[in-house]
Amino acid sequence: MKVWKFAASAAILSWASMAQATETLTMWYHGAGNEVESKIINQIITDFNASQTDWKVELQSFPQAAYNDSVQAGALAGNLPDILDVDGPNMPNWAWAGYMQPLQIDEAKIANFLPGTKGIWDGKLYSIGLWDAAIALTTRKSTIEELGLRMPTTDAPWTKDEFMDALAKAKAAGKWEFALDLGTAWTGEWYPYAFSPFLQSFGGDIVDRSTYQTAEGALNGEAALAFGNWWQGLFKDGYAQATQDPADRDSGFAAGKYAFSWNGNWAALGALKAFDDVVFLPAPDMGAGSKIGAASWQFGVSATSKHPEGASAFIEFALQDKYLADFSNGIGLIPATPTAAEMVDNYKAGGPLAVFVEYSAKSGTVRPVTPGYVVQAKVFEKAAADIANGADVAATLDAAVDEINADIEKNKGYGH
Amino acid sequence: MAMIASDNHGLRLVTRYAVLVLIAVIFIFPLVFMLMSSLKPDQQLLQDSGSLRAFLPVGDISLQNYTKAFERAPVLTFVFNSLLVTGVTVVLSLVLCSMAGFAFVFVDWKGRGVLLSVLLATLIVPFETIAIPMLLLASKLPWVGMEGLSYGWLNTYRVQIVPFIADGLTVFLFVQYFKDLPGELIEAARVEGASWWQIYRKIVMPLSGPILATAAILKFLTMYNQYLWPLMVTQEEGYRPVMVGLQYFFQLNVAWGEVMAYLSLITVPVLAFYLYLQKAFIASIASTGVKG
Repeated sequence: MKVWKFAASAAILSWASMAQATETLTMWYHGAGNEVESKIINQIITDFNASQTDWKVELQSFPQAAYNDSVQAGALAGNLPDILDVDGPNMPNWAWAGYMQPLQIDEAKIANFLPGTKGIWDGKLYSIGLWDAAIALTTRKSTIEELGLRMPTTDAPWTKDEFMDALAKAKAAGKWEFALDLGTAWTGEWYPYAFSPFLQSFGGDIVDRSTYQTAEGALNGEAALAFGNWWQGLFKDGYAQATQDPADRDSGFAAGKYAFSWNGNWAALGALKAFDDVVFLPAPDMGAGSKIGAASWQFGVSATSKHPEGASAFIEFALQDKYLADFSNGIGLIPATPTAAEMVDNYKAGGPLAVFVEYSAKSGTVRPVTPGYVVQAKVFEKAAADIANGADVAATLDAAVDEINADIEKNKGYGH
Repeated sequence: MAMIASDNHGLRLVTRYAVLVLIAVIFIFPLVFMLMSSLKPDQQLLQDSGSLRAFLPVGDISLQNYTKAFERAPVLTFVFNSLLVTGVTVVLSLVLCSMAGFAFVFVDWKGRGVLLSVLLATLIVPFETIAIPMLLLASKLPWVGMEGLSYGWLNTYRVQIVPFIADGLTVFLFVQYFKDLPGELIEAARVEGASWWQIYRKIVMPLSGPILATAAILKFLTMYNQYLWPLMVTQEEGYRPVMVGLQYFFQLNVAWGEVMAYLSLITVPVLAFYLYLQKAFIASIASTGVKG
């Protein structure tokens, strides 16, 4: 009888200790070297770990420039963490490649999130962002008045003719070295993020989104050719630099070198500091609507995670307005929800950056939602740079289409 | 006549030194630029970059970039990791590769010519082509440590050291150098009854100072500048080396002053090592014709 009692007690104690066991979840994040981001993400983790006893999140931070390579190496070595973050346009590729699994979070909780923050692939939510980014045409009110231009609005952005008229007048004024700072000094993802919306505004695209099986017609059709010729004209006519000094990108607008700067909300505070009459104008409408890029970094769960419910629980915990507001206050990005935006001085109604929330909601266009995007982005970047440097527009776009189509074929349609 | 000869000699000397000074200036200016820029705030650094002021300690000079660099990244950890990995690899590489070179040159065995050719052929294989198979292998290799048997070498020092201990170039350097050593010495030692180990340790190695220095410097530079491999195999910050650490400074808006401060800090060990071995390195290059 004693033996049975002892065995029963041991079993109960063992069950109790198992029930209380805390599972460790590993997390990778791209913010190493960014003190502000690191502080906020660590705070969220500390709060989450203290809020319950089932899970304990442990963080490994990576420098952003090395993050994607590290994830790919980790996937190859079968060493991915439970939770990872992913740049929005890369998510379909990682999901398709088997690095990620769908999130297990209540979608009602993200109903009011900005569209660009939701990473949806194949009809399922794979990732969710705490913020979004947006681009605007930054200039000064005094410049608009001096050049006699109409102040554009979200409902009535500049048309292509008005935009070109603005650049021509700025150039003729002789006050600035260049009319427009496009940020060509920034290479990589900046090109498709910042410049492919111009192509979309002309009515073209990087790939035909109805099937995602070809770029034919989208990247070399009439609209794309019109975009290419216009794009090349910006440099040929001396409005912008095809090759730009990074220092000019960082401080050129503030130093008065450019009349207009095509830049993101992360640079907006710097512009506001430089001039007291800065305005952020909506992207010009080239014919098919005013477009800007959408989708920034988002959180997801790795396919190899043994605790997807714990990983999803952490992500759901991080979606609280207070953290969205913390990130926005810390790194200047747009909070994912209107309620969080109201908690941030810069983005609340009447705030100096409130227009970015509007642009993000109304003009934000996600980059092609396809695993092939990672290749297509590089092809687009090269084509845009070549055209800017004087390459034949039609031939360059045809070559880009061939390269994209060959890649889609090689990857058997990328699962669409 | 003697006067003209003396004038010509003087002119040649002046020209020679003028050219040498010019070359020295060209080589030293990037370092001076780096050091001076590390002392300036970003705005001034960018303004000065178009003029000679970039090479002078003028304007708003301070050590603030260094302070910020230490705040942004665990610089000392990165430097320690790099020095540890590099130091251990260099030492083991010198021992193993010199032994291999010795065996190829002095020991007569079947197939050594073919094997040396195969070894030299590995010089033309870019690391990038074998990086992924190596990663797959490293992620599954067994290890017996304090905790017993485990699998996977990721996030360790050994994964950064072991694959690079032996390499074709270092073995080739030793082979070339050993070939020029007088064969009579080895013959005499053999006749006297010395073992291969004794010949290697007591005769060949004491004569190999220059090549040891050359191989050490080349290996040191290769290992200290490693980026791709440690990026792939070290997910934990505590094992990352300096070149992966450099990426911490490339945020969207790059703080160039901090980048320069970090580069200055991580360049110090390389310069110190080179200066320490400089004489032997130059002697070796002069004698073997190897260009590093």
